Formats: sequence, C-alpha cells, structure tokens
Amino acid sequence: MSTTTERVKATLGKRYAREKRFRFYGLASIALSILFLVILLADIIGKGYPAFTSTYIKLDVQLDAQTLGVSADSTPEQLRTANYNTVVQNSLNTLIPGVTERKEKKALKSLVSGDAQYELQRRVMDDPTLIGTNQSVWVLADDDIDTYYKGNIDRTLPEGDRRIKDFQLTWLDKLEADGRIESQFNTIFFTRGDSREPEEAGILSALIGSFYTLLVTLSLSFPIGVAAALYLEEFAPKNNFWVDLIEVNINNLAAVPSIVFGLLGLAVFIQLFGVPRSAPLVGGLVLTLMTLPTIIIAARAALRAVPPSIREGALGIGASKTQTVFQNVLPLAMPGILTGTIIGMAQALGETAPLLMIGMIAFIMDVPSSVTSPSTVLPVQIYLWSDSPERAFTERTSAAIMVLLAFLVSMNLLAVILRKRFERRW
Amino acid sequence: MSTLGILLTLMLLAAFSYYIGRKRSLALATPAKRDGNDLHSLPSYYGYLVVVWAVIPALLVFALWSTLETPLLTSNMRSHLPAEYQDKSADELSLTTNRVLNLARDPAQLATADPIFKAAAEDYLQMQSMSQTIKTILVLALAIAGVFIGLRHVKPKTRARNQVERVVQFIMIGCASIAILTTVGIVFSVLIESYRFFGQVPATEFLFGTHWSPQTALRADQAGSSGSFGAVPLFVGTLLISAIALLIAVPLGLMSAIYLSEYAGPKLRAYAKPAMEILAGIPTVVYGFFAALTVAPFIRTLGEAMGLSVASESALAAGLVMGIMIIPFMSSLSDDVINAVPQSMRDGSYGMGATKSETIKQVILPAALPGIVGAFLLAASRAIGETMIVVMAAGLAANMTINPLEAVTTVTVQIVTLLTGDQEFDSAKTLAAFALGLSLFIVTLILNVVALHIVRKYREQYD
Repeated sequence: MSTTTERVKATLGKRYAREKRFRFYGLASIALSILFLVILLADIIGKGYPAFTSTYIKLDVQLDAQTLGVSADSTPEQLRTANYNTVVQNSLNTLIPGVTERKEKKALKSLVSGDAQYELQRRVMDDPTLIGTNQSVWVLADDDIDTYYKGNIDRTLPEGDRRIKDFQLTWLDKLEADGRIESQFNTIFFTRGDSREPEEAGILSALIGSFYTLLVTLSLSFPIGVAAALYLEEFAPKNNFWVDLIEVNINNLAAVPSIVFGLLGLAVFIQLFGVPRSAPLVGGLVLTLMTLPTIIIAARAALRAVPPSIREGALGIGASKTQTVFQNVLPLAMPGILTGTIIGMAQALGETAPLLMIGMIAFIMDVPSSVTSPSTVLPVQIYLWSDSPERAFTERTSAAIMVLLAFLVSMNLLAVILRKRFERRW
Repeated sequence: MSTLGILLTLMLLAAFSYYIGRKRSLALATPAKRDGNDLHSLPSYYGYLVVVWAVIPALLVFALWSTLETPLLTSNMRSHLPAEYQDKSADELSLTTNRVLNLARDPAQLATADPIFKAAAEDYLQMQSMSQTIKTILVLALAIAGVFIGLRHVKPKTRARNQVERVVQFIMIGCASIAILTTVGIVFSVLIESYRFFGQVPATEFLFGTHWSPQTALRADQAGSSGSFGAVPLFVGTLLISAIALLIAVPLGLMSAIYLSEYAGPKLRAYAKPAMEILAGIPTVVYGFFAALTVAPFIRTLGEAMGLSVASESALAAGLVMGIMIIPFMSSLSDDVINAVPQSMRDGSYGMGATKSETIKQVILPAALPGIVGAFLLAASRAIGETMIVVMAAGLAANMTINPLEAVTTVTVQIVTLLTGDQEFDSAKTLAAFALGLSLFIVTLILNVVALHIVRKYREQYD
C-alpha cells in the first residue's frame, strides 16, 4: 500500500468523528430553535388559558324599592342611578354576618367586583318588574378572589405574604361550602373594552381598533402595491435612473426599522397634515407605508412567474400592452399577489412600535365607531396590559396574545391554502 | 357633506359616467355597425374616458384641499388670537393652539371654556364648516363639469383606449413613486426635527457625551433640571444587546440553514422549515412579553443561585430573546445563499474525497461567504432597530456598561419613552427622539445598502 493511502486511512477516524460532530451541531441548532418555540408557546398558553374562565359568586339580593330609592314606574334615568351599591352590600352582610371591623368591612365589600352593582343595574333596567323581589344573582368576583381560585395564591404562605388574608379565606370556605362559588366562561373578555379592573377588562375595543386599522391598511396598500408592482414589472423602462431609484427605495424600506415609520407618521401625518392622533386612520396610513414593500415584492414575484407565452399570445391576437397585462397576466398572478397581501396584513396586525409613536396607546374603554375615533389595537393592548402588576392582568395579557396568535395563524393558513389551491406552475 | 359622503358620491358619479359614456359611444356608432366597429376603441373605453374626466380632477382637488385644510385653518386661528397670546414664545403658542383645537373637538368642554378660547374655538369650527362646504361644492361641481367635458370627447374618432391607458400608466407611476416619497418623508421628518434639536444641543455633545438624562426644566428655577443629551450610553447599550442577540442568532441560524439545506431529508425539512417560519411570524410584542415575564426572572434566579447579582431588566434577557427572534431571519437568508452555490462545486469536492462537513466548511461556506456577510449585516440592522423586545425587557436608565447582567437602555427604548409621554412637540426632549431616530435610520440604512449590494453582487456571480 502506498503511503498516501495509509496517511488518509490514519486520519479517517478523526475526520468521520468531525463529520458526526458537525452534523450534530446542525441538528442541535434546529432542535434548540424549535425548543425555544415550544417553550414560548407553552409559556403563553400555560399563563393564558385560565383567563378564559372567571370566578362568580352567587348573591341573594333584595331589590327592595326603598333601598334602591326607586319604584316600578321610575324613569330609566332614575333606574340607572338607583342605589344598587347598598343592595349588593346588604346581601353580602347577610351572607357573612357579624363583620364589624373597618378593615374587614372593606374587604367584605371588595369580595365581589365593582361590576356587581352594574350587573344588577342592567337586570333592573331590562326588567323593572324585578323591583321589590328577591333574586339570586351570579356576580363577578374580585380579581384577587379569582386569582386565588385559579390556584395562584398559596394559602399555606404566611398571612403577610399573600393578598388574601385568613379572615377572607374563612369567608370563601363558607361560601364555597354553600355552593356559592362557581367558575364560568369569561365572556367579558370578548365583549368589553379595556378597564382598570382586570376582571372587567376585555379585548373587544382593541379588536375593533385592529379591524379598522387593517381595513385602512388593506384598502390603501393593496391597490397601490399592485399598481406599483405592475408598473415596475411590466411597463417600466429598463436601465432608467428613476426606475432604479424606486427599486432601491423599495428594497431599502423593507429593512428600515418599523419605529422610524412611526416617527414619519408623527412628523408628517399628525404634525403636518393634522390627521387626528390615536385614530385607526393614521395607524393605517403608517402601516400602509410599512407593508407596501412586502406587497410590492410579493406581487412582482407573482407577476414574474407568469410565463411570457401568455403575454405573447395576447399581444399576438391584437391586445394592447395594457389589455394584456390587466386581462391576462394580472388574473393569473392574483393568487400569488393575494398570498403576499395576506402575509403583509399579518405583519401589520402584529406591529406595535410605530403605533406607539402616533398615540395609539391611550386607555380606551369604548369600542371605536369609525376610523377617526381614538382607539388602540390588539398588540398595543397586550403591551399596555403587560405593564400592569396584577397577576390577573398577566393572565389576560397571555390570553390576548393567544387571540392575536390565533388570528395570525389563521391568516397564514389562508395564505398557504390559497397558494396550494390556486398557484399554477408552468 | 362628510368626507365619506363626498367619496361615495364620487363613486356613484363614476359608475353613472361609465354607463352614459359607453351608451353615448354606441349611439354615435353607425347603426349598421352597432358592435362598435367604426368606433376607434371598444365602447367600454369611452365609458372609462368619461370616468377619468369626471373623477380624476375632482379627486385631485379633494386630496389637495383635505391635506392643506387643517394646517391653513390652524394658522388662521392662531393669527386671530388676541395679541397677548401671539407675543408669547413658540412653545406656548403651540400649547394654546392645541388647547383651542381640543375645545373645538369636544363640545362638552366648549360650553364651559374660557371666553377667549371659546371664541377662538367657535371661530375655528365655523371656518372648518365653511371650508367643508366650499370643498364639497367645488369637488362635486368639478366632477359634474368633468362628466360633460368627458361626454364631449366621446366621438368615434377619439382614441379613447390610448388616452385611458395613458392615464392608467400615470396612476401606476404615481403608485410606484410612493416608495420614493416615503423615503423622502422619513429623511425630511427626522432631518428637520434633528436640525432643530442640534440648534439647542450641540451635535458633539449628542454624539460624544457620556451622560444621558433627558429631563428638561419645567420651570427655570428647578434644581437638577438641565437635561443632558450625551447619547453614547444608548449606543453602547444598543450594541451590547444587539451583540448578544447576534451571538445567539448567527451560529444557530447558520447551522440550522446548513443542516436544512445539506443534511436534512425531505421529511425533516417539511416540518422544521414551517416551524422556523412560525418563529419568524410571532409579533415582537409577544417576544417582549416572554422576555420580560419569563426569561428575565429566570435569568435573575439562575444568576442569584450562582451568586451573581443580576438586574431584573438585564441586557442578557433582552438580547437572548432578540436572538431567538432573529434565528429564522438569519437561517432563511443563509439558506438562500447556500442554495445558490452551484452543485458542481459540491460534486468537485466530493470527487476529491472530502467528507460532507469538509465540503461545507472548505468549499460551500467560502463560496457563500459574501452572502452570509450580507445576511449578518441585515440581521444586525434588524437587531439594532428592534423596538418592542427592548422596550418591554430592557431598562430605562442609561448605564454605560458592557456587563450583560446589568440593565442598559437602547436608542429605540429612548425614542419610545421620549415620545409616548405627555409633552409638547417642540421641547428638546421630543426633538431628541428625532435625533436618535436619525442616527438609527442612518446606521440601518448603511447596513442595508451594503448588505443588499453584497447579496446582489454575489448572486449575479453564479447565475
């Protein structure tokens, strides 16, 4: 055997070991990335799923006309301002008798959420004949009680270290023994706007705000993006200074940090043109500028995928250039363009930073009614809630993230399905 | 009429113009050739021609008026304020302006307001409604006049198709130019405000100063109120967090890309690639939440167990999560460049008896190096400009340190903090945000341009 072969043979074991190690590094980095993904999702879901239920307490209320200060034929305005607070307090006092100390009295009152009296108000206003009757009503518990029932307050801790004291625990044990405590599906989370009280906070106003913002974004960025892509791909002269400048700009804008777009929105749209602050309109305008590069790049790729034979065929039977493009090329490229648009919209839905700049971080309780009313969007709501120290808000933040991710996943799935079903390969 | 009302009316008018324009062209055509054979264009193009005449001038006027309306109305209102308000400083004048504008927006406040402001706000409202009326009349009149002019152009000889196609082409050019306008808008908005900032704070102090505390005085006699705007601690903080992120993202992303493109079977690829894409599709606010509430406490406990003192908003937590966010970005960019290396180079290497890893390390990676450098630069630009993760997980105090266990702040965090509070627009504090934005824009612009240039140049080599 020659010496070369021997030398190769001698190092072969080492080389194979190195090969194996390298392979392992590759596999490990993929596994690590996926592990991060799993940990992230598990963390969010683990924190967020309890938010979909809330703890309710059953109260026996006496809707006594005298306590309320109204009668059966009061006006709705009188019914609205009636003294429901005392009714709730009375029923709590009968449930847990013998509370005299001031601190305990206060704690007793905050056993139920501030929403309890409004719950009574809604019921009475719906049906004034309830006045004078005794009712059993499930009312929302306070967020601390809710947190306790979700197992996030450990009763074995020393009393000073937990938010629920021993006397409150004895009340709760009594209420539970009476079957007065129940966990119900948290509809409030989906039907109300933001609130300072975690148990009353919901994502509806943020969802509607996101909807309006995306509506503005879509209705501007889709036509503009498609028109720009058509021009650049089909009509633009080659080797023209302006066309090259446009292309460089588009590629560049795709990589500009999103917060810079927020600065643009603040300085140009709000300061210069006087578009109302915090409104979906200005949010949509900023997001349009951000998503345009994505849509243009995707639309150009889709247009490029249409084979030249289609164009030649149309031109050959006498169609003009514009007719060819609009009646033959564009329809064939549409699935690809739509896919790109949906991905762009998904990006816009998750975007937060530029919207902070243009004032969409206001505390919004009301559901926005138009594209110019103050509103917030889902990711910003998540950001706002994540700042709140209460455990119940952490829970709701995670739940809101789950909702946001659900929207993003369904949008991306739609894009994938669209691509699979309609994409043609030539 | 409201803005929406005007737009809807214009749309209706457009539909109507199309209909009569088309009908008119058919009526004009010789009865024997009703198919439109003696018309220059198809009948529908005559319809579009009328639409163009009716809608485009009206829309242009509408857009121009709407853009200029608010600034003009505001300056008009300002000039009508009593002299005592006019003489005050620019800051106070803008404060007064905002007060009046807020009154004008909220009728409940208006009733109980100070008479001077009330008069100004009512004046403003009146001018606004007058402007709206004139706008409505002007736009609709233009549109209707447009219909008539358009109809006069409907003749068999009119080259309707060519004219319409030309208009379409101009619209497309306009849409494509928005990209340029956006860049110009960004440059101008940050440049102008930065220029004003550098009028108050010298550029050298901003670029080389090592003390950042942007609290400016509310009153002149306040103690400790002179803001200092030395941005070096922010640059250091940004670089520290980005470096941690890249330290995680680059090896992991690159190795994943190598494994996926060179080793993985179709089955693994079918699952691993979408999983990576999910990682890329998660909004940054979610990463920020994860960093602030899970990773940071975890690192703190871990550090304390090892006897280290870890800040609760350590740079490490923010950098680590940012790194996770950038992995898929890095991996998909590297995947592209690795796949662009021609198969013949691999085959050559295998033919010489090299193992797969030797081929990758000694042939493919050197060949793909420019592309990988480009990907690295793009990832760096991403890390520097990333906002939400650092806003939620990094600190606010401007410490100048390179210890990853301490809290640092970044350029983007400061922009957000400076601009989300309640303050006037013209103070040095808000203007500082634009100066920071300018430096951020310049740095990412350079990184992007260089990276895109490298990537493109390299791609052409093997095509």
